[in-house]
Amino acid sequence: MLQTSIKDYLHESQLFLGRVVVSGTLVILVLVALVGRLFYLQVENHDHFTTLSQDNRVKLEPLPPTRGLIYDRHGAILAQNLPAYSLEIIPEKSSNLDSTIQQLSEIITISEDEISRFHRLRKQRRRFDSIPIRVRLKDEEVARIAVNRHRFPGVDVKAALLRDYPQHMKTTHLLGYVGRINEQELQVIDTSNYSGTSFIGKNGVEKSYESLLHGKVGLQQVEVNAKGRVLRVLENQPPRQGENLHLFLDMELQSTALEALGEYNGAVAAIDIQTGGVLTLVSKPGYDPNLFVEGISTKAYEALENSLDNPLFNRAIRGQYPPGSTVKPFIGLAGLAYDVVGYHQETYCPGYYQLPGKDHKYRDWKKWGHGKVDLERAIVESCDVYYYGLARTLGIDRLYEFLSGFGFGQPTRVDLDGELSGLMPSRHWKQQKRREPWYPGETLIVGIGQGYFLATPLQLASATATLANQGHRIRPRVVKTIEQSDGSLRESPMIVDDLQPLNPDHWSQIINAMSQVVEGTRGTARSIRSSEYRIAGKTGTAQVFSIKQDEEYDEELISKRKRDHALFIAFAPVVNPRIAIAVIVENGGHGGSVAAPIARKVMDRYLSEDSRKVVSDEG
Amino acid sequence: MRVKAHLTFHESQPAQASGLLAWLHIDLPLLTGLLLLSGVGLLILYSAGDREMVLLQKQLFRLGFGFVAMFALAQIHPANIRRWSPLLYSVGIVMLLSVILFGETGKGAQRWLDLGFLRFQPSEMFKLTLPMLIAWYLAEHRLPPNPTRLIMAGLFTLVPVLLIAKQPDLGTALLVGTGGAFALFLAGISWRLITSIGLVMAALGPVAWYFMHEYQRQRVLTFLNPESDPLGTGYHIIQSKIAIGSGGINGKGWLNGTQSHLEFLPERHTDFIFAVISEEFGLVGILALLSLYLFIILRGLYIATQAQDTFGRILAGSLSLVFFVYLFVNAGMVTGLLPVVGVPLPLISYGGTSLVTILASFGMLMSIHTHKKLLPT
Repeated sequence: MLQTSIKDYLHESQLFLGRVVVSGTLVILVLVALVGRLFYLQVENHDHFTTLSQDNRVKLEPLPPTRGLIYDRHGAILAQNLPAYSLEIIPEKSSNLDSTIQQLSEIITISEDEISRFHRLRKQRRRFDSIPIRVRLKDEEVARIAVNRHRFPGVDVKAALLRDYPQHMKTTHLLGYVGRINEQELQVIDTSNYSGTSFIGKNGVEKSYESLLHGKVGLQQVEVNAKGRVLRVLENQPPRQGENLHLFLDMELQSTALEALGEYNGAVAAIDIQTGGVLTLVSKPGYDPNLFVEGISTKAYEALENSLDNPLFNRAIRGQYPPGSTVKPFIGLAGLAYDVVGYHQETYCPGYYQLPGKDHKYRDWKKWGHGKVDLERAIVESCDVYYYGLARTLGIDRLYEFLSGFGFGQPTRVDLDGELSGLMPSRHWKQQKRREPWYPGETLIVGIGQGYFLATPLQLASATATLANQGHRIRPRVVKTIEQSDGSLRESPMIVDDLQPLNPDHWSQIINAMSQVVEGTRGTARSIRSSEYRIAGKTGTAQVFSIKQDEEYDEELISKRKRDHALFIAFAPVVNPRIAIAVIVENGGHGGSVAAPIARKVMDRYLSEDSRKVVSDEG
Repeated sequence: MRVKAHLTFHESQPAQASGLLAWLHIDLPLLTGLLLLSGVGLLILYSAGDREMVLLQKQLFRLGFGFVAMFALAQIHPANIRRWSPLLYSVGIVMLLSVILFGETGKGAQRWLDLGFLRFQPSEMFKLTLPMLIAWYLAEHRLPPNPTRLIMAGLFTLVPVLLIAKQPDLGTALLVGTGGAFALFLAGISWRLITSIGLVMAALGPVAWYFMHEYQRQRVLTFLNPESDPLGTGYHIIQSKIAIGSGGINGKGWLNGTQSHLEFLPERHTDFIFAVISEEFGLVGILALLSLYLFIILRGLYIATQAQDTFGRILAGSLSLVFFVYLFVNAGMVTGLLPVVGVPLPLISYGGTSLVTILASFGMLMSIHTHKKLLPT
């Protein structure tokens, strides 16, 4: 019994020992495998995991540059950046957007307009962008949100520089405005350069000079924890701030032009003849660009869009008007240049013109006619019949060729976005666009700046400057100097595209005729004659709607919006001209009585200021 | 023969000679290993817990409680431990059932039983009582066990494992199950049977999949391809591998682990503390730590071989191996070798219950080693 027991005991003991040895061996083998795994991770793939670990903790943060400022020629600020607090929401981080907004509106006032603006901005922004629901918070509101902030995930008060246009309506169309980057813009911009930026120039100078104004994003390497909180800055590469722009624009002149337009809608473009610098570029009415920076409410936007005055429309570079009689000096010059008329060669004006073998009467604005007119009188008194004849003699091909030289029918390529080119009709154009041949009658009305002929106010001003410069054609430009962040200045380039040289006598004859428009006793703009300096100009009237044959145009009977547009182009002084101007007064009626005085006020302001400056310089 | 056996035992037990330790029923090598490991654990916890002293104090308190439990158990004679085994097991089963019926839910799983004066996790005690019961049951008769007893032992294992898995607590079920399995293995079941069971288990894999909870399936899927869900369930493993890999051979230094201190590594002071050690002390540090563990496990196995009776052998052996399974499952999970199963790194991870259980198991090992009878039963 005992024997068996001991035998059993020894057997069991041996069996157990065997199992323990197997277990121990397994333990060691498994641990060796584990060490192998650790070797694989810590030695063989050490570099890989070190990189991942660095990626984890080191984040690149963009440092957005400060947008460049915009000044006028005398250093008056036109666009600046003001610090402002805004309440912003990242929709992706908010669990219930509607209730969040609801609860926020119990803490601070949020209007319906602001909520609808928020939802509109939400549709057109980038993912995880934070969207403002209230802008320009007061200190008290900031404090109230700070206390309740923990209740609202994804809601934050952001301090940022907000673009501000201190001149409000006065510079609307010229400067444009900045707004939040939308989906389409996202497709075209360099997203890394804009990684810290939420605003982008939408039109005007802000858009054309976007790359200079924006600057270059800086970067900082920061150590972050898993929640993304920045713990310390490892490396810092500061941004290159946006460049400041100094414009040719004279704010005083801009205000003068706006004021002079009075109740009328219209546009004024004035150019410094020596440089091509745009001194004034008014499109009236304007709107407050500051509304667009914050994101305009749908209601306010609709009001602007549906307004009959069309305030969103930049008339100065996008308004295409029939130039009317303002083209007469250019066509007269063409007549001289092609040697089809002499300056004093007379024709008879009976008050109408007829093509041979046709019944149709092309009427003069003066029903009973001008009698005997030469080129000078045809410009001074703006005789239509003379120009019907001259146009017919020249023919559309020569008209097209000559007027194109002054920039008609082409964009001026001013440094502004969205400029339209007007229309200088030609045989080719008509065949292309209308699939019709050119009719001789159409040449006649081109001769008085009507028909298909269209020009923008800036085009007219530019053509006038070229005329004043006797063919020295300088491309108009808005920006004068670019000031880099280190303070160094860079002049914007002057681009010259001179006309074929003409006989100098022809230039002085046309300029003489234009000065007679103002100085002559029968001049259509004699009311603006100045004793201080000499002005050369030309009035014009653009038909808004056509009157039937034999019907009379009665200003009183025609509703205001169908009244003719009044035009006036001018430059001054006649000798050594400095300023060229084009004025269009919508539904203003007559160029001489409505448009010319506006031009006079602007020129007065500019030239008197100029002389003042000369005096003070000398003193 | 008796005398010879007696002498043999005495000669192989030098620890018995030292008077005070013998009187306290303490095994000095084991105690040294455990104290060293706990000390290292506190050091690492200080770093992993971001120098949070409260965390350290709590852990110190638990360790103290665990060591007291260890000393207490070491005083109990193995014969008494053996006597109480069936009762403790039965009480445990009743408790598991009540957890399922009345238990409190913590972290989405029913594990706790609120007894009024303390919250208690009954599944935890099966890490001790199951090996105890199997050892008790198999020691009644000759080894290796006959088929009937084997089936019974298998059932004794399966019942608590299934109840715990139902809670659901896959980690504990796994540890309890391996405890039972080791007991059977050490009892000497035939290799043929082991192979068969292995094959059946493999075949049961798809069946188990069917019974798994969604989050358990997710864990298995994530284990197979952690990169598939880098911000969700795969995040733990990816960040843990980054921590370990970036530690390199020498580590980033104590308190300098970026993965842990910048909070990229989740559960860094509990289940993923192994990654913190690897990051801060590198391969060198981890090898030292594993050596310490290996020393404790081998000492436990040695104690098992020196045990006087079958009960002591099987119990000591399975408890030592369960301790190893803790280490392996945790390290395997953290290094991405095994799926994420909530098993702490023994004696180092912050957390209460398992710490006490583990130290209690070493108390029993000490008891088995230090109470010697002259005769095998």
